[in-house]
Amino acid sequence: MVILPELVLLTGALVFFVVSLGKTPDRNVAKFIALFFGFATLIAACLSYQLQATLFYGVYAVDQYSQMFKVLIGFSLALLLVSGQNLKGIDTSVRSEYYMFLLLSVLGLMMLVSSVEMIAIFVSLELSSFSLYLLVPMRDDRTGIRVQMEAGIKYILFGVMATGFMLYGMSYLFGLTGTTYLKDIVGFLSQGSLQPAVVVAVLMVLIGFFYKLAVFPMHFWVPDIYQGASNETTGFIATIPKFGAVALLIRFLTVPTGQSPFLIELLAVISVCSMFYGNLSALVQKDIKRMLGFSGIAHAGFITLGLLSMKYEGYGLAIYYIAGYVLMNLACFLVISNVSREGENLQIDDFSGLYQRQPVLAFILSVGLFGLAGIPPFVGFMAKFMILTSALRTDHLLVVCLAAINTAIAIYYYLSVVKAVYTVDPGDRPVVVVHPLIQATGVLLVITIVLIGALPAKFVDFASAVVQAVL
Amino acid sequence: MDLLLIKEGFPLLTFLIFLPLAGAVVLLFFHGESFARLWTLVITSLTAVISLLLLTGFDSASPKYQFAEAYDWIPRFHINYIVGLDGISILLVLLTTFIMPFCVLASWKYIKNRVAPFMFCLLIMETSMIGVFVALDFVLFYIFWEFMLIPMYLLIAIWGGPRKVYASIKFFLYTLAGSVLLLVAIIALYLKSGSFFIPEMMWQEYSLVFQVLVFLAFFLAFAIKVPMFPFHTWLPAAHVEAPTAGSVILASVLLKMGTYGFLRFCLPITPDATMLLATPILWLSIAGIIYGGFTALAQQDMKKLIAYSSVGHMGFVTLGIFVLNSRGVEGAILQMINHGVTTGALFLCVGMIYERTHSRDLALASGVGKYMPWFVTFLAFFSLSSFGFPGTNSFIGEFLVLAGAFDHDIILALAAIPGAVLAAAYMLRMLQKVVWGGTANPDQSYLTDLSIREIVVLAPFLIFVFWIGLGPQPFINLMHTSVSQLLDQLHHWQQHHQIAAVLWR
Repeated sequence: MVILPELVLLTGALVFFVVSLGKTPDRNVAKFIALFFGFATLIAACLSYQLQATLFYGVYAVDQYSQMFKVLIGFSLALLLVSGQNLKGIDTSVRSEYYMFLLLSVLGLMMLVSSVEMIAIFVSLELSSFSLYLLVPMRDDRTGIRVQMEAGIKYILFGVMATGFMLYGMSYLFGLTGTTYLKDIVGFLSQGSLQPAVVVAVLMVLIGFFYKLAVFPMHFWVPDIYQGASNETTGFIATIPKFGAVALLIRFLTVPTGQSPFLIELLAVISVCSMFYGNLSALVQKDIKRMLGFSGIAHAGFITLGLLSMKYEGYGLAIYYIAGYVLMNLACFLVISNVSREGENLQIDDFSGLYQRQPVLAFILSVGLFGLAGIPPFVGFMAKFMILTSALRTDHLLVVCLAAINTAIAIYYYLSVVKAVYTVDPGDRPVVVVHPLIQATGVLLVITIVLIGALPAKFVDFASAVVQAVL
Repeated sequence: MDLLLIKEGFPLLTFLIFLPLAGAVVLLFFHGESFARLWTLVITSLTAVISLLLLTGFDSASPKYQFAEAYDWIPRFHINYIVGLDGISILLVLLTTFIMPFCVLASWKYIKNRVAPFMFCLLIMETSMIGVFVALDFVLFYIFWEFMLIPMYLLIAIWGGPRKVYASIKFFLYTLAGSVLLLVAIIALYLKSGSFFIPEMMWQEYSLVFQVLVFLAFFLAFAIKVPMFPFHTWLPAAHVEAPTAGSVILASVLLKMGTYGFLRFCLPITPDATMLLATPILWLSIAGIIYGGFTALAQQDMKKLIAYSSVGHMGFVTLGIFVLNSRGVEGAILQMINHGVTTGALFLCVGMIYERTHSRDLALASGVGKYMPWFVTFLAFFSLSSFGFPGTNSFIGEFLVLAGAFDHDIILALAAIPGAVLAAAYMLRMLQKVVWGGTANPDQSYLTDLSIREIVVLAPFLIFVFWIGLGPQPFINLMHTSVSQLLDQLHHWQQHHQIAAVLWR
């Protein structure tokens, strides 16, 4: 029972495996099976929420921390599956395989948040990543220029490189401490004096997670992969894996490197670089997915800023931030995948007059974008505000000022999309037809974005308490 | 000393903040055009009527924050939901609630498409504007302050004139960029004082460098909002392109937030920096007065003319605030109200002309006096009020401000005088053109005079023009205690902290 959500996902993947063996089923069959397993995962995650256990010789910890992330992942997965249910960018014949790999990737992430031993971390991270690498080239090759293949190969090559760094760092940690259990590593390192080798090792491991989170300088895969993958796949890449990355980053940063000033300064530099690089590059983008990709790099910088304080409160805030970010991104990608008629990429111009073509989607998109821009009362503002507070409390005035300036830069490109949606004439662009269920999902997202933005106290307290209790 | 006078029983301020929001939510579900107009009128009028309760329950002898409500919100960061009202903010709240029904009436025919969303934006605006004036928690204040940008942006961007896209984006970017450092300053103040409760941040022993930095962050945010010269460039664009209701809200309420910010935050939170930096700000105000006057003199577009005149008038307000004596500050607050009344009414007048001639060009609107006698009567009174003709409201305000300025520094006051002359020049020029024009007037015979609805809209403004002009005492009584409390504390502070205010002499 303690690993119920993982089992549900695994069952789902196996069902899709069986389905994919036969003749291509009706497109609705795959959709309904996927939706079923999406919601089953959410329910299973909620059911197993209170459970605690340590499994498999202590490498797999089911604790409050992991269960909280599993609920978040399950919730996002269900919303993602509903909002991208039409799967326009994927050919009907490979949809079963697509869903199989999607569920496997989520399975990997769920295992990741529970892993407390380096080998287990590595295995689950790779399970999640390799499934994801395969999702990218599955895009319907309509344009004939095979950009999805380029994206896929870039993704896998860069990914493998990052993994290499991570493995190397893990080998250092093992060499220094003689164990692969995070708990024992912590215990061992906190006894003796700290060596520079520890810092190097931790940094190398961090590179692997930075890659997942897309923090500068491990960001370079983002724009091409976001653009090359189908809208639904990008919606997945941009959201759920970030949970895994943040969960692991937090688990790992508690490895005592003496909270060395060096590491903190490095995180500060990385965070500022991410923000500036992401925001400045996003300013000139025409393709909405590329733009959101660069904006994601900037947001990753903000999350790093939350981790900077090296305090439980900061970790709790990082979790709050990532949860809010995922919700807002889900809202944006819900609109993107439904405005796109046959799964093609969308330019910002393609949103012209969306307000007249489909007012509900226009509303959802604007809430998502204003939220990402950090305008109150949406969750983006509260998260940004609290992270800035916590960073200033640890005396990073310069970083905080630079981050604040970045907010002002970022508003321009978010606003340019809102401008297209509300003020530009639609011309001959057709009306967008959307299933009411998808609209309802979007409205649910909007309500959640406003609610957890206006009433963040419970969530942040809870997340901080969980981090403190577990780590 | 307990600063709050907690309101027991019915939470009046919260009700005023959220009534328009609730009305807006209803509009999400019912889209009928005539329903939207009527409903919004009902909600805004109801808010206005209920806000009169503030006046009856307000104790003008007490400098405390009245009608206060305090609830926990985010205990971890000491953020609370605290609202309250004192002599400085009560008039601004009333101004807001009373302007809104007229904005709705002014948009009755002007807005023809997407009526329900327009009204939705108006109601959301009202919520955030009231919120800004009554918030006593800095985070709450900032949330309302920033959130307001979204509905205002949409008002200009969707229902605006030909260059609406440019104007709306400029408005949004300018104001947002100004207030990001405000956020950092707020956080820094919180870390020093341990609370986001605004009165607790006041009169604390911050170091001078810290004060100056915080002051500069405040100044950037508020000076852009006012707008002070040289941060004013977004204003003419936004004013010209906004629909009538948008211009009225912008002129009457939004600009006041900047000066309100100076009074509420700069003076008590950073007193040393205020005294240190008052002189350059005073001269910037003078520059704004003169510059606004000269630029207004050259305008052909009536809305632009009034927009530049706003720059001048708001210069008087900042002048009054930073001379730091009771005449100046009371004059400044009164001038805020006056500007809200007069300029709001002028924008309404221009809107009425525009609805008929579809142009705001002075040349095309010349000589309408013959065909629209009612209209030009109103216009004449508002124009007279705008340049401070004795007997009208602005006279009292400008007189007090100038009296304060003479107390402070004669050269400064003399420098402001040309501004008053310029105001008469550009306003009379506009009035002359509109009423009589010249020999080459376009044919205006198709024009119809004001309808009953339009007269109903303008008449209350006229009443206030003369009421404040002839009997300003009740208005000054409302603010007097709070202002003198503020200035007493400031001078008390000055005596105990020998700061180098001589630096600029």
